Amino acid sequence: MSNDTPSEKARQQIDANLRRVFQAQEQAELPDRLKALLDDLKAQDTAADGTPNDGANE
Amino acid sequence: MNGDPRDELVEHLPALRAFAISLTRNGATADDMVQDTVVKAWTNIEKFEPGTNMRAWLFTILRNTFYSSRRKAKREVADVDGIFTESMAEKPAHDGHLQMTDFKTAFAKLPDEQRETLILVGASGFSYEEAAAMCNVAVGTIKSRANRGRKKLAELMNLDADGPVELTDKATVAVVSNNGNSAF
Repeated sequence: MSNDTPSEKARQQIDANLRRVFQAQEQAELPDRLKALLDDLKAQDTAADGTPNDGANE
Repeated sequence: MNGDPRDELVEHLPALRAFAISLTRNGATADDMVQDTVVKAWTNIEKFEPGTNMRAWLFTILRNTFYSSRRKAKREVADVDGIFTESMAEKPAHDGHLQMTDFKTAFAKLPDEQRETLILVGASGFSYEEAAAMCNVAVGTIKSRANRGRKKLAELMNLDADGPVELTDKATVAVVSNNGNSAF
């Protein structure tokens, strides 16, 4: 266990654990500001284009 | 009507945030970084080539953002809000299985480049070639970072000494990730 790579078994265990932790983190609820971010960006673009949002034409 | 690639961004937010947390080890910093990344992606969407891997593109923007902000603000405040070491839920120690906190603590001891590489190729499923392109280094560099990172983890966790080391069950993962910010 002192060469450059861990055993195949250890490698698989490490990767399995990494995936579990990463997936658990992915499943965490996004904060509101991130949830709203894309809508905000869309709204900014719409405003910059001068295109009325939601078809609210005169 | 195959739409705007920007519509796809939303699908990648959870993975992007998980990657940001693994790099920064700080929930608030990670959120800032995800926000910067999304804004950059949104405003430079014409640079994204449709049909290529959007997640890889976003991860690349995020890691560039991370390293350039770290260079700027030299003083990296890792784990400033204690999410990594203190407020993390603990799995009850009742068996020979690897404790999540132990694994995360060991993982946090790796250098940024090794941590990043293991997240890309070990957790996120990118190939060595994709990770190399994302990190702008040779494939051999990625392989060696991954090997060194895994070896260090194996040592820290005594993994080559034979023993069950998987995080035990879904409940454990759920408990530990319960605070939503549990960095790793």
